[in-house]
Amino acid sequence: EAKEVKAEEMQKLTIKVNGRSHRLLVEPRWSLLFVLREKMGLTGTKVGCERGECGACTVLINGVPRYACMTLALEAEGEEITTVEGLMEGEQLGSVQQAFLEHDAFQCGYCTPGQIMAAEGLLRAGGPLNVGEIQKGMSGNLCRCGAYAHIFRAVEAAAKARSGK
Amino acid sequence: MKKESEGMYYTQGLTVPETPKPGDSLKPWKQTNVIGKRVPRVDGYERVSGTAVYPSDLVLPRMLYGAILRCPHPHAMVKGADIRKAERMPGVHAVICGSTTGANPSWKYSTFTRIEFATRIFEPHCRYEGEPVAAVAAETPYQAWDAVRAIQVDYEVLPFVADEEKALAPGAPRIHEKGNQLGETVRYSRGDVQKGLNEADVAIEMNFNTACELHTPMEPHGCVADWDGSSLTIWESTQGVYPVQNGVAQALGLPLSKVRVIGRYMGGGFGSKLRAGKYTVIAALLARVTARPVKLVLSREETYLATGNRPPAHMKLKAGVKKDGTLTALDFSCLASGGAYPAGGTAAVDWVVRDLYLCPNVRSEMTDVYINAGPARPMRAPGHPQGAWALEQMMDALAEKIGADPIDLRLKNIPAFSQARQDDPAYTSTGLRECLVEGAKAFGWKEAREKIGNENSKSSVRRGVGVAAGLWMAGGGGPPSTVLVKLFSDGSVNLNMGASDIGTGTKTVMAMVVSEELGIRPEMIQIENADTGTTQYATASGGSKTVPTEAPAVRAAAVEVRRQLFELASPELKADPSSLALMGGEISSKEDPSKKIKITEIAGLKRAGVIVGVGYRGPNPQNRVVNPFAAQFCEVEVNMKTGEVKILRFLAAQDSGRVMNRLTYDSQVIGGVTMGIGLALTEARILDRNTTGKLVNKNWHDYKVPTALDVPAEITSLPIEPEDNEANTTGSKGLGEPVTIPTAAAVANAVRHATGVRVVDTPMSPAVLCKLISEKGKEG
Repeated sequence: EAKEVKAEEMQKLTIKVNGRSHRLLVEPRWSLLFVLREKMGLTGTKVGCERGECGACTVLINGVPRYACMTLALEAEGEEITTVEGLMEGEQLGSVQQAFLEHDAFQCGYCTPGQIMAAEGLLRAGGPLNVGEIQKGMSGNLCRCGAYAHIFRAVEAAAKARSGK
Repeated sequence: MKKESEGMYYTQGLTVPETPKPGDSLKPWKQTNVIGKRVPRVDGYERVSGTAVYPSDLVLPRMLYGAILRCPHPHAMVKGADIRKAERMPGVHAVICGSTTGANPSWKYSTFTRIEFATRIFEPHCRYEGEPVAAVAAETPYQAWDAVRAIQVDYEVLPFVADEEKALAPGAPRIHEKGNQLGETVRYSRGDVQKGLNEADVAIEMNFNTACELHTPMEPHGCVADWDGSSLTIWESTQGVYPVQNGVAQALGLPLSKVRVIGRYMGGGFGSKLRAGKYTVIAALLARVTARPVKLVLSREETYLATGNRPPAHMKLKAGVKKDGTLTALDFSCLASGGAYPAGGTAAVDWVVRDLYLCPNVRSEMTDVYINAGPARPMRAPGHPQGAWALEQMMDALAEKIGADPIDLRLKNIPAFSQARQDDPAYTSTGLRECLVEGAKAFGWKEAREKIGNENSKSSVRRGVGVAAGLWMAGGGGPPSTVLVKLFSDGSVNLNMGASDIGTGTKTVMAMVVSEELGIRPEMIQIENADTGTTQYATASGGSKTVPTEAPAVRAAAVEVRRQLFELASPELKADPSSLALMGGEISSKEDPSKKIKITEIAGLKRAGVIVGVGYRGPNPQNRVVNPFAAQFCEVEVNMKTGEVKILRFLAAQDSGRVMNRLTYDSQVIGGVTMGIGLALTEARILDRNTTGKLVNKNWHDYKVPTALDVPAEITSLPIEPEDNEANTTGSKGLGEPVTIPTAAAVANAVRHATGVRVVDTPMSPAVLCKLISEKGKEG
């Protein structure tokens, strides 16, 4: 049953981000993207369009890539959210991040956290990947610097590194 | 002598300081240990971990959010704005508009050729959809936008012209008092075009059009502005902190010392972030009125309307060639529009026609007109991809007509000097021939053409290969640049430079230069850059000149540090400084290698704690031109039934001088090619020319930039490195822009080869191609 919320009233929200629970007061219209960045300081997740076009704000919700700009913060109540910061093991880069670094799979780096989260979701979904599948899997994330060819190499390398584990 | 930076779009309207003469000039490296290797970025960790703070990421205590109300009409006069309701809305701290006292400073537009136009930040005469009318600061961006929507504006809507080909028609609505043509038609001529055409065995005339493209960098334009008393600090997403400082200081009447601009990270610009925007000044005004920091980052739609574009160009080219492939004449004209203000609509569109191939008889005329649309900003190699779209398809057509291989025709007409410049100065190096020859070899050009010629039967999916070449009129860099290298007593280094790293890997290249000279690993070098408060003057990172400008200054600074180190080590080693060498953190005598000392053990360095080397960028060689060159090759597959084009493979042979970092070099190559694919296949700003004049595709769903599915799985980068001992002390030339110049034409030539259809307009959408293929079918 849907909970009734009033537009002008701040709502209590409990949100689980990168394994930790946080309690916040939010306006019902606030996007998950806004709350992550401006209220929680998780600015690895970027703003590109705020209309579900570019993927710069991609996060994982229960392991699946989602656009944080198209998700209300309230919709994320009780879900497991992972941002790019959550892929780090302490100060160590996660396997996808490491592959992006080594293959120079970016230029300005602004779309990169979103690309990394999309790739992370793709790899978590499992299965061997050919280039065509990688292209399709990454096609919801724009890169205006045009680093795609290096992104494909990075995703291939990350997949290989993981299967070796 | 004319300064190198003079008259270039990235310094236009700015007073650029002179750099002191460097000391002993350094010889280019003969062999290198670090330069040219594949080195991951020194700031890669920050960029992939999410810890890099871009200006739009910044959150300051007490910070408010700004939003701008923009004119919804392509042409209108603001009669008045009622902001009372907006001011009383929840969370709103300030609403400013044209009538707010002290909140409407003047604002200047200018072109390449220095035509300027003064207007106001909130200009009542709105000449394009998106002209700022008012602005709000509120506690959340949601509240700011609520208030923007509550502002009541009384507009007198005026007739508009949104079609550059109708701008000069009699009775067209006037955008400016003097009419809709910007200055005079610009004419260039050498030789005698008519004579050249008479000498030709074959002459072809064709019209070409390139659609208006939009930069759409991933990080929207914007900044955070914060006042501390009378001092203003701005964190701006920019290609150049110094031009932003200059623009803001000028608009607000502040001393430069009171405006600090910081831009350590930025999310892409492509020429649209070379200087301050109106939004920068508006953020500063809102921050002053509210006495709070204000973050003002544009919405994606606003970036489409108001942050520049590659102007649409309508070109005509007539060319003559002899049967043996000698070009005899090129006659070019262009009509283009930089939008509603002087913004360089025709800038450099004719340059490749004038300069790429040997041709004694060349004429060009270009007319820049106003239309009611957002003003242009330089976009990656201004003018050049447009001109190359025309010239390089013409070369293909000429080759076809005389039965020559398109590469052979180009090879027949390669110049060793720049004909478009006065007195035909020589290039310090030109790899155009090698780009074509080596590129063709690596691509398998001859084999591919033969194979396709034999196989392209009646199949509904056909293959084709295409080639195009290019050159970039700048890319040599030059003064001014001043760089500091600090060596600490433990042997680690701090590098201080003003230049921005816009994603091209500038910081990494500079760390490699220090590493090359001082033998210190790049990761031991900390870089401080792009901050007017703490780093040295630099021009904006644009014009493909950042590496050839900054790298020689960095090298000079590192060499100066080494000189000082030798001075300090000399008494301890009892050896003359000139007899010393530095290797692996150790200084030793070249004559007696047993005489050696670790850097960290030099008493003089321990006492000093730090030594500082200052490096300057020396002048460019006199009467020489430093330009990068390119030849690109691709193979496409065209579905004759649907008009879809799939690019199967792509090879870019680039002469950008010495490769500094092969890894980031390749990234720039694939990036430029990818952007060129957008010009060829998908990108076009669409104005509703007839009914409303409005921009109808102001988002990434409707304005399509290439995605992961639109590019080949691999793009091959083939560096051509002709020895260049004159260009500068590092032998490097620019890469970022030249790499996108020939791309679209190469794709068009491949489409022609596959289908027999010559597409003269960008973008080659499936709908357009389908129509042309079916028309050709009917002709038989």
